[in-house]
Amino acid sequence: MLRILHQLWRVGVATEPPPATDAAALEALGLELHRAIEARFRHSLAIRVVDAGSCNGCELEIHALANPYYDIERFGVSFVASPRHADALLVTGPVSRHMETALRRTWRAMSAPKFVIAAGQCACGGGEFGGSYASCGAVEKVLPVDVKIPGCPPSPEDLMRGLLAALRVDETTVSESCGESA
Amino acid sequence: MSAKQDLGTQLHQVGINTRSYSGVANLPALIISAADWGPAAAVAKAQDWRWAGSWADTDAGRMHLYALLAQGGEYLLLTAQAPLERPEFTSHTPHYPAADRLERHARDLFGVIYSDHPDGRRWTRHQAWPQDWHPLHPAAEVRTQGRTAADSSYPFITLRGDGVFEIPVGPVHAGIIEPGHFRFHAAGETVLRLEERLGYTHKGIEALAVGRNPAGLLHLAARVSGDSAVTHAWAASQAMERAVGATVPPRALALRGLLAERERVANHIGDIGAICNDVGFAFAQVQTSRLRERWQRRNREIFGHRLLMDSVVPGGVAHDLNTTQITTLRADHATLRQAVEPLFDIFDDHPSLEDRLVTTGHLSAEDAGALGCTGYVGKASGQALDLRHDAPYAPYHELLINVPVQSEGDVAARVRVRMAEVHMSLDLMDHLLRTLPVGDIHAPLPNPPAAACGLGLIEGWRGETLAFVRFDASGCIARYFPRDASWFIWPALERLIHGNIVADFPVCNKSVNGSYAGVDL
Ligand code: SF4
Repeated sequence: MLRILHQLWRVGVATEPPPATDAAALEALGLELHRAIEARFRHSLAIRVVDAGSCNGCELEIHALANPYYDIERFGVSFVASPRHADALLVTGPVSRHMETALRRTWRAMSAPKFVIAAGQCACGGGEFGGSYASCGAVEKVLPVDVKIPGCPPSPEDLMRGLLAALRVDETTVSESCGESA
Repeated sequence: MSAKQDLGTQLHQVGINTRSYSGVANLPALIISAADWGPAAAVAKAQDWRWAGSWADTDAGRMHLYALLAQGGEYLLLTAQAPLERPEFTSHTPHYPAADRLERHARDLFGVIYSDHPDGRRWTRHQAWPQDWHPLHPAAEVRTQGRTAADSSYPFITLRGDGVFEIPVGPVHAGIIEPGHFRFHAAGETVLRLEERLGYTHKGIEALAVGRNPAGLLHLAARVSGDSAVTHAWAASQAMERAVGATVPPRALALRGLLAERERVANHIGDIGAICNDVGFAFAQVQTSRLRERWQRRNREIFGHRLLMDSVVPGGVAHDLNTTQITTLRADHATLRQAVEPLFDIFDDHPSLEDRLVTTGHLSAEDAGALGCTGYVGKASGQALDLRHDAPYAPYHELLINVPVQSEGDVAARVRVRMAEVHMSLDLMDHLLRTLPVGDIHAPLPNPPAAACGLGLIEGWRGETLAFVRFDASGCIARYFPRDASWFIWPALERLIHGNIVADFPVCNKSVNGSYAGVDL
């Protein structure tokens, strides 16, 4: 225990003061995100992530959002296990044909209104893999997409910026349907 | 007597005819008949050859099968052919359990017929295409199709008995991880059997590689498994370079070594934290994810990409280092060495961690050997193989590699191996930077002779990683097959979870961390 406390004391808080030169921008971005979440989602945005066929690079960067440098939870963003608890669906990868139905079912399990965010080049436009006998290509070939976050993979900052954009999407365009169309 | 002559003699003794084959650059190989394919594996198995992968290829109207065998760091390729109309072979699976899924993969994608394969079920194929259509068989026409149904009728093997129940998990998991299905059979809390069903992220990488130029292939290879971008790109690049007989400048090779070690450190550090987190020790993850983030930021600053994608290019590397960057990196190594010391010290003998990690997820040395596990999974279960030591390629042939081996085979042993590898990588990187040769960082690839083939073999952070490349007459890629170390990690997970409680599955899974994308292709 003492060793743990010592380590914690020695390292201190990585998030505060900001450790990198771009940290001020990051902080500003986070606050903006926080405000948007407060306004639209009463302090919390619950995201369900589905890898629909990625190379796993995008997942690594989504994971990085939880590290002490970004600590995305402090802005009110949480990643949830059940689509029923989620406000937004964050999809990575081209949609492999083998994941097509699982992705549709996850989306259908979410309650409206719901966002779909495509993260990464593959999810946005098919990327490296595109469409093939095995891949449907971009997420929008399968589900209505509200926001795209390009990058291969998008960096954690890109992801934060993208989430912010998602919150600014005009409410009328966000899918209100209960899922029968997908 | 070379290992090849040795196996050749043994094969002759049981009446199997062999011919020497030199179609794959610099690799000893034997041709046998399609009918002898399985019996030859039986002989190899009796001689203690490790089975390191198998793949199909079609060329000149024939179906070719390849299988790589290894003894220590010595490799031998077996190959056999059959007519495309009826590509029938006997199977390696009865002799090498690890061959099961790779053979089913070749059956699904190429239509290879394994006359005595013990498992007739599909593997990579779900419901996206019919059983009699084989996407990589030359006769396959392009298909368009509507929606793909879920593969809900896959015949899992079921256990029956009093109190035995099934737990289906996936393909969409609770956390932020790749998709796959796990079918548990449990009695009470104890797992009696786990069966994996993967293939969900199959996007046709082998088909996408065909017709690409060398640079295009490496772009794809870096995305076979995003956490192994350097590993797969280097393996593919090495395969191409061997195929065409290219000489890569020494500085480029040293920098590739540096990149591969950076990838190893990032993944090990991240995973060690995640393993501890899976048993409720969040402190570890907070600390290691901080270190990993700093590492990745440096990757972007110096090598242009946080995961080092596209840093390996045909004939070399994309980024050179100047003296300031070398100083920065060396200072980083010193900082990281210092930063991990108190952490590893805690992970090594913290009572609550010990309680959860020691004896958990035990993989016996016999199982690890039988499955041909390499990397930290093999090393933690007594398998001392490390290509950097046993089949060294430049720059490792000049470096001192102490392979960390443990005998316990549990989660704790895998963590210890990974901690030791972090230390070793830091030393190797320091050495590489101290002795960085001067010169170019890439050299143009000579034009490939038609049908030139090469095999790349790299010690990735997960273990031995292979890439097979064949060029067509115009210098484009005719065949690419990457064999990730995960092909042997996934079957190991099915064995090591046996007898553990269901709740320990996440930590067992994380401790071996097989790539889904890397095997789904
Ligand atoms: S966008 Fe890039 S990192 Fe993300 S899944 Fe596609 S290839 Fe991988």
